[in-house]
Amino acid sequence: MSDTAAASPGHFGPDLAEVFGPSQQDGGPELVQLLTPEGERVHHAEFDHDFSAEELRGFYRDMVLTRRIDTEATALQRHGELGIWAQLLGQEAAQIGAGRALRPQDYVFPTYREHGVAYTRGIDPLDLLGLFRGVDQGAWDPAEKNFGLYTIVIGAQVLHGVGYAMGIQRDGAVGTGDPDRDAAVIAHFGDGASSQGDVNEGFIFAASYNAPVVFFCQNNQWAISEPIERQTRIPLYQRALGFGFPGVRVDGNDVLATYAVTKAALQRARDGQGPTFIEAYTYRMGAHTTTDDPTRYRLSDDVESWKLKDPIERLKVYLRRNGLVDQQFFDDLDDEAKELGHHLREGCKALPDPQPMSVFDHVYTEMTDELAAQRDGYEAYLASFEGSDH
Amino acid sequence: MSTAQKITLAKGLNMGLRKAMEDDPKVLIMGEDVGKLGGVFRITDGLQKDFGEDRVIDSPLAESGIVGTAVGMALRGYRPVVEIQFDGFVYPAYDQIVCQVAKMTFRSQGRSKMPMVIRIPFGGGIGAVEHHSESPEAQFAHTPGLKVVACSNPVDGYWMIQQAIACDDPVIFLEPKRQYHADKLELDESATPDPLFTSRTVRAGSDVTVLAYGPTVKTALKAAEAAAGEGKSLEVIDLRTLSPLDMKPVFESVRRTGRVVVTHEAHVNLGMGAELSARITEECFYSLEAPVLRVGGFDTPYPPSRIEEEWLPDLDRVLDAVDRSLEF
Repeated sequence: MSDTAAASPGHFGPDLAEVFGPSQQDGGPELVQLLTPEGERVHHAEFDHDFSAEELRGFYRDMVLTRRIDTEATALQRHGELGIWAQLLGQEAAQIGAGRALRPQDYVFPTYREHGVAYTRGIDPLDLLGLFRGVDQGAWDPAEKNFGLYTIVIGAQVLHGVGYAMGIQRDGAVGTGDPDRDAAVIAHFGDGASSQGDVNEGFIFAASYNAPVVFFCQNNQWAISEPIERQTRIPLYQRALGFGFPGVRVDGNDVLATYAVTKAALQRARDGQGPTFIEAYTYRMGAHTTTDDPTRYRLSDDVESWKLKDPIERLKVYLRRNGLVDQQFFDDLDDEAKELGHHLREGCKALPDPQPMSVFDHVYTEMTDELAAQRDGYEAYLASFEGSDH
Repeated sequence: MSTAQKITLAKGLNMGLRKAMEDDPKVLIMGEDVGKLGGVFRITDGLQKDFGEDRVIDSPLAESGIVGTAVGMALRGYRPVVEIQFDGFVYPAYDQIVCQVAKMTFRSQGRSKMPMVIRIPFGGGIGAVEHHSESPEAQFAHTPGLKVVACSNPVDGYWMIQQAIACDDPVIFLEPKRQYHADKLELDESATPDPLFTSRTVRAGSDVTVLAYGPTVKTALKAAEAAAGEGKSLEVIDLRTLSPLDMKPVFESVRRTGRVVVTHEAHVNLGMGAELSARITEECFYSLEAPVLRVGGFDTPYPPSRIEEEWLPDLDRVLDAVDRSLEF
């Protein structure tokens, strides 16, 4: 583990300059990185992967399309088509790296910002908009996509993920060596959620039962207006040791590194070796949501410096420099992104409002008599207006 | 096969849990001290020994963690039965219960079910320190998506816990802890139980209807016995289900008696009595001879145990309300 965690004699805590300083940044020993912000491929002793050209092009395509989902949804909110949108700008590599490391039988417990991961699970991006438009609270079948519903209460889904992983254990789907059977859970959350009781209880349950779960924390450094320093006084990944499982900090703007680290952690979980904490070190380039105004609490200099670490640009540079793509690739992708944009714009406006009477459905698996009576009363009330001008 | 035997409520619940686990391998029990110890009230006694540590799970000491992980187990296809050790300790899990457990079926448009039972020993009268004697039922009955039931006797304990486990909706299952090791009743395992979400008239009468559930059913029955000696005939209904309410037998009774007393240990303000009173007024207005009266815990925190018997509704306070109703 890091030297920075060990306080020197007479020293009552970690030096914050060290904690958040150079060793945690690009090129520092605590950050797993396979592709630098300049697009240089570097290697790591523990986490590495022999990426094919096709994989790399796939990552690039995924990130571009994910960014397009985000851009379109943000615009749809500005046009009044969505009530709100939780932006992921800048976090594309963290999400695509994590999402592409999954196997079909693995299960994802997302936050409400996991649009990129949702995309990797084969969810129609249009289905992500319903919650934010106010027409549903999650349009996909979690059991079909192995992707839970977006969870608004911060950190609550982490416990669900641990419980699901305990279910996987009880199904005997851990450590059998069968690559199609052994399964793991990935539980997503952010730096703000790391302060929540549920997240910490999730760590404890997972450690206690050695559950097959990967805790994937996108540290985008901001919980609405509160900086990471308000949530933690040590690097988040170092907390894992205190709970009894490994913690890794990966460059969350590096899709290669995020993929490699997540893949290894998921395999560790599937093999029955228990939980891993991954801190994907990234930056929230946009606002918390479309209702937020980050100019009130952070400096544009910070944002500018993170622009230089853009996850898509660095891969583009690498692909070009190594002759892995031609102009046709970019043109085709551009067309694909445009088509996706069209699908989202037209699809969003066409999403039907739910029928008011449908609110009574699915409160319970079967409607109770008392709820049916309430529904009938409301129906009769509505019927009383029929034929009237009011 | 089955031979009738006299059992306590604790035994009835234990037998019911055992039967449910035998019947369905997806049933899991989780909670603090539920394994080797068999729970602080011994309700899960012997179950871990027979069903193993994977199915009877001693959990870390974290109520939100217990309920939150149970959500995940339910999503994986299990039917978790979680034990909250005492009523007053359910609040750390309140968010998971109210925001996650209660809403999962609705949010998912019925795709994800939450077949979970949350067992809570509730009510006072055991001389405990604070937070060990509370009656939080109204907080859960107020929450759409949850079902809330309260058993009052050993035979109901045996059947109702099995029915709650078989239910595809989440059920808050309230057990009157004062009764765990008190009275014994004869159990016939070959009998056919009443459906879970039904109320039951447990004593017929003609002058005043007394509504009770959980620990106050016994109080109400004693009150009816005493009233009978004075020539007053009380009808006692054990509500059993608090959400949904089964108002049919209540309305039927009130239309005959015209007078109602509701008794529960919970604070009266916005308690179950308030809802019952409102529904009775809506449906039986012209049958009422007196306002619906409530006898419950005062609107104070639960008191130190040396004065809890004064604080809790008892036979005399129920009879006082009966008299006020009759004299109205």
